[in-house]
Amino acid sequence: MSVDAPPARDEASPPAADPLRLEHVTVRFGGILAIDDASLAVGAGHVVGLIGPNGAGKTTLFNVACGIVRPRTGTVRVMGVERPRPHRLTGLGVARTLQGLGLFPGLTVRQNVMAGLSHGAPGAAAGLVGAPASARFLREAAERAEAALARVGLAGAGERMPEALPYPERKRVALARAFVSEPRLLLLDEPAGGLGAAEIDELAELVRDFAGGERGRSVLLVEHHVDLVMSLCDRIAVLDSGRMLATGTPDEIRDDQAVVDAYLGVDVDGEDAA
Amino acid sequence: MDVPILLLAGTGLARGAIFAAFALALVLIWRAARIANFAQGAMATVSCYVAFHVTALTGNYWLGLAAALVSGAVLGWVVERGVMRFVDRSNPLAAVIVAIGLVMVLTSTLAIAFGADYRPMPAPFPREPIRIGDVAVISPYSLFVLAVVAVLMLALALLFTRTGVGLAMRAAAFAPEVSRLNGVRVDRMRTLGWTLSAAVGGLAALLVIPTELGLNPHAADLLFVYAFTVAIVGGLDSPVGAVVAGLAIGVILTFVTAFAGATFAPIAIVVILLGVLLVRPQGLFAAREARVA
Repeated sequence: MSVDAPPARDEASPPAADPLRLEHVTVRFGGILAIDDASLAVGAGHVVGLIGPNGAGKTTLFNVACGIVRPRTGTVRVMGVERPRPHRLTGLGVARTLQGLGLFPGLTVRQNVMAGLSHGAPGAAAGLVGAPASARFLREAAERAEAALARVGLAGAGERMPEALPYPERKRVALARAFVSEPRLLLLDEPAGGLGAAEIDELAELVRDFAGGERGRSVLLVEHHVDLVMSLCDRIAVLDSGRMLATGTPDEIRDDQAVVDAYLGVDVDGEDAA
Repeated sequence: MDVPILLLAGTGLARGAIFAAFALALVLIWRAARIANFAQGAMATVSCYVAFHVTALTGNYWLGLAAALVSGAVLGWVVERGVMRFVDRSNPLAAVIVAIGLVMVLTSTLAIAFGADYRPMPAPFPREPIRIGDVAVISPYSLFVLAVVAVLMLALALLFTRTGVGLAMRAAAFAPEVSRLNGVRVDRMRTLGWTLSAAVGGLAALLVIPTELGLNPHAADLLFVYAFTVAIVGGLDSPVGAVVAGLAIGVILTFVTAFAGATFAPIAIVVILLGVLLVRPQGLFAAREARVA
């Protein structure tokens, strides 16, 4: 089981093997209880979906996992490290996309993707004195960025500015930046937002290709597009008003009456799903 | 009246190059930390005092220049790590108030330690113009200033465009949180921004002081005012804007001083500043969204 309340774990591997494990996390913003005793684990090689209505706390939980939001209580382990700071994530093999685009407006597309390799850049001193290691890093980072851009179908766009691209292509740039470091855990925050049906299909292919390309690669996907989540994910967790409402396989979630009432609505097999 | 146009243009460009370098120091901090560093002038003056004493002790101007760079970098590091890092970022006025406090502390300390008298600072090259025939063209010192600032600009351009740390600094300047998630040590980039900025500011002040009355605790005050105007005119986010606006304002002020008198120079600066703020408040070279960010 990949998504689970920790005491009920039934998989053979020890908890430390999970790339991501949040246990009994509570987050308060002033007087608002944003996350209420929620637990979530993403096992190695699993694609896990996190769904829920607007304001359920999905992005907050993402931010807890990334070290951006500090939980009031609970434990957070990412790639076996207790509550790593955000700048350490890529070094640990974790990449994240943001709900918006999160691209750097003054950098070219290639430079935006290269920024995903910043954790491996030589130190400031090497850069300041123009050490060969710094030039070598840039050369290799540029090559890897081009490969990542080609992977998302943007070969040849490296010299362009992100703002000159259509929105769906900018989404791909953000995805290429997440891919470029070859992460073992990919955190995708609403990657289908603003995309059309054909583009969502292409996105699903890219994520499938990533997760299936190498054993042990994991994905945590926050998304409102239920069809995409159902088709991509092995396990799904449903968050509602900060509480973990249900976890299970896509079929189990479809049949969960509490989830239907709170989020999915009726006729989950068809286009009426939320 | 025989107007030495070439000489005025050369002198103006050299003056403008110094404005540009000092404005670039302000832009570096703005991009790194979103702080308008009102203490830049006072910090640069400290570097000049270090340079002054090193030059006096060793008799070597170049050691003094190196000392200005190093002491500027150290002071920038200390100010960021020891003071600015602890300033409440959610309140934009907090950093301004702290910077003004820093000006008072630094200038008072300099005055207590060294007195308020002007001390003449030597220039490493003559300030008398080179003549081609009967035409005064440019002074060796102005040529030296232009060369130093050109090397400085080139080095900074290479740093920002050809190194990993430059890419990280640019990324951190545009979007700190996203940068963090991509492995950038944003705090370190901020410190590096302050360190570089203070070194550049110290160098710029060292170049201007031999052309002014001399060194005293307020020697860089006017340079700060001009350079701040340059940074606003060019766009606080734009290094290119700082360079272009610096050179332009340097030339304009030199011609205004020559034709209308020195008292009109500050008026010209205010007119330029008001004009740009009215027509293009984000600065001539900055993107609108960048200034708001």
